[in-house]
Amino acid sequence: MRNKLIYWLIWIFVLVIILLCVSIFSLCVGSASISFKKIFSLILEGKYTTEYAIIFNIRLPRIILGFAIGGALSLAGVILQGMFRNPLVEPYTLGISGGAALGVCLNIILKLNSIIGILSIPFSGFLGAILVIILVYFLSLRKGVLRIQGLLLIGVMISFIASSLIMLLMAISEIEDFHGIIFWIMGSLEEPNWILIKLVLSLSILGLVTSYFFCFDLNALSLGEEEALHLGINVERTKKFLFLLASLLTGFSVSVAGIIGFVGLVVPHFMRMFVGQDHRILLISSFLGGASFLILSDTIARTIISPLELPVGVITGIIGGSIFIYALTKKDFILGR
Amino acid sequence: MLKIQNLSCGYDTIFSFGQQKNLEFVLQDINLTVEKGQIFGIIGPNGAGKTTLLKAISRILKPKKGKILLDGKDIWQMSFRGLAKKIALVPQTFNSIDMTVEEFVLLGRIPHIKKFQFLESKEDLKVAQNCIKLTEIWELKDQLISNISGGERQLALIAKALTQQPRLLLLDEPSLHLDIAHQVKILDLIKRLNEEFKLTVVMVLHDLNLASEYCEKLVLLNEGKVYQVGTPKEILNSHIIKEVYKTEVLVEENPFSSKPYILLVSQKREVSNEKRVNSDLYGRW
Repeated sequence: MRNKLIYWLIWIFVLVIILLCVSIFSLCVGSASISFKKIFSLILEGKYTTEYAIIFNIRLPRIILGFAIGGALSLAGVILQGMFRNPLVEPYTLGISGGAALGVCLNIILKLNSIIGILSIPFSGFLGAILVIILVYFLSLRKGVLRIQGLLLIGVMISFIASSLIMLLMAISEIEDFHGIIFWIMGSLEEPNWILIKLVLSLSILGLVTSYFFCFDLNALSLGEEEALHLGINVERTKKFLFLLASLLTGFSVSVAGIIGFVGLVVPHFMRMFVGQDHRILLISSFLGGASFLILSDTIARTIISPLELPVGVITGIIGGSIFIYALTKKDFILGR
Repeated sequence: MLKIQNLSCGYDTIFSFGQQKNLEFVLQDINLTVEKGQIFGIIGPNGAGKTTLLKAISRILKPKKGKILLDGKDIWQMSFRGLAKKIALVPQTFNSIDMTVEEFVLLGRIPHIKKFQFLESKEDLKVAQNCIKLTEIWELKDQLISNISGGERQLALIAKALTQQPRLLLLDEPSLHLDIAHQVKILDLIKRLNEEFKLTVVMVLHDLNLASEYCEKLVLLNEGKVYQVGTPKEILNSHIIKEVYKTEVLVEENPFSSKPYILLVSQKREVSNEKRVNSDLYGRW
């Protein structure tokens, strides 16, 4: 047991170091590059300079948001893959992103954001996500039993319906609304509102802590529902709770940052390759891995063709997908098996 | 130890549009008592409800009528964890995952893990390692569960169930798909556990000869009802088997254990005896 704990702590340490390096790198690079040494002096005495403003008002919020959302999405991915025992499930499979996107679409087209204010966009996204969660949940509930396969199919179908409705809305929308919708859907970590960033950060960490109350349940569930029942797990209650937890994590991530794909699918797989199946280490390592991955992707997205900025979803897809395929083909080599 | 009273069980049809409401019970009015320290066998033809009975005992299936009492307490009144500390089930199959045998067996400690306990304690590890040694898979403990053979996997499943430290062990056809060496190994192990640790065992067996050899008491199920309960000698005779299984068999005595031994009689032999009678029928074709 001691050995296992040490092994896990080493992994957590390595992942934290990676996260710190990525964050510092992200603070330094950009259209105005600031050297690593200069950052410290800026923190201490450089208030009211432009560089201070760049770091604390532009780059740092993005890093914190990337940490929170990358972590939350990967965590949701681990929970769902563990619960469904299906490696292809990701947070967006359940139609939550579709619901959020539809909410935001309606908001933009009905011009609610200019009436109520800019904060109405994440709010309407979250409302859409919640509606989909409730819909999927109750449609797949039969006699108090949450049917996992039904849940998946209903989620996928709702995704399709939502994306068709979004296309319909886009087809009838005006040109500037159209751009707004496209940009929102592609996802971005740009969020000027500090309160929202702090909210997402605390919810995401709260999600991580809560998920740890279910780490043994998730381990038992990886053997199958009946097996978990034999191990004394209240399977129905656990499934419902985990579904709601993963959905909420996905819901607020999507409503703040738009649809950033691939993080929730690839990072859990990647972590499973390295740290193994045990959810006690998998949950935290996916959270940290997802956070680093999203911060790095976002840094690349905003620097690669600077001063222009690419949508971060493009980078997560390209980098994530290719690294994953590479790792999958080299898996035996990496693991030394 | 285990008492089943007037148990009736059935599965809900998934697509019930009203007219299928009066569902037929798979098990009807089962009454059984399993004494402490017994090896109890459930036998019967396919579809007789053997696995359903096991599912009812392990609380996967809710009874429509009747009760299942464990030490006088209704299992549906017990907590999930409480039951898992008393009953462990060895399933027929399981989803293979990337896990070493030791990690897999350690999962059996989950019902004993306390709230806010994050790591398995030394005692948990000790119990799991003892169970691995007991089932003689110590040298496999660092191998991946997906890479070991079927017989070894069955042993790992038993080790995991034993790690739960149950008082009642349920097994669903433990000898299925195994060669004779592993069949004997696994059933000998079960017998040994029963003798050394006074573990009560309830198992579904297809092979009547294994049931006869290893079980003290048998229940023969037929079409969801108890056909007869008794010792192997009382139940395994050619009349009862013919009646339930609709198959002609010859029952002899095993010279080593003096338990009943069932020999199958090929149906072709009977046909050749009755050939003359039937030749008219074939002749018309």
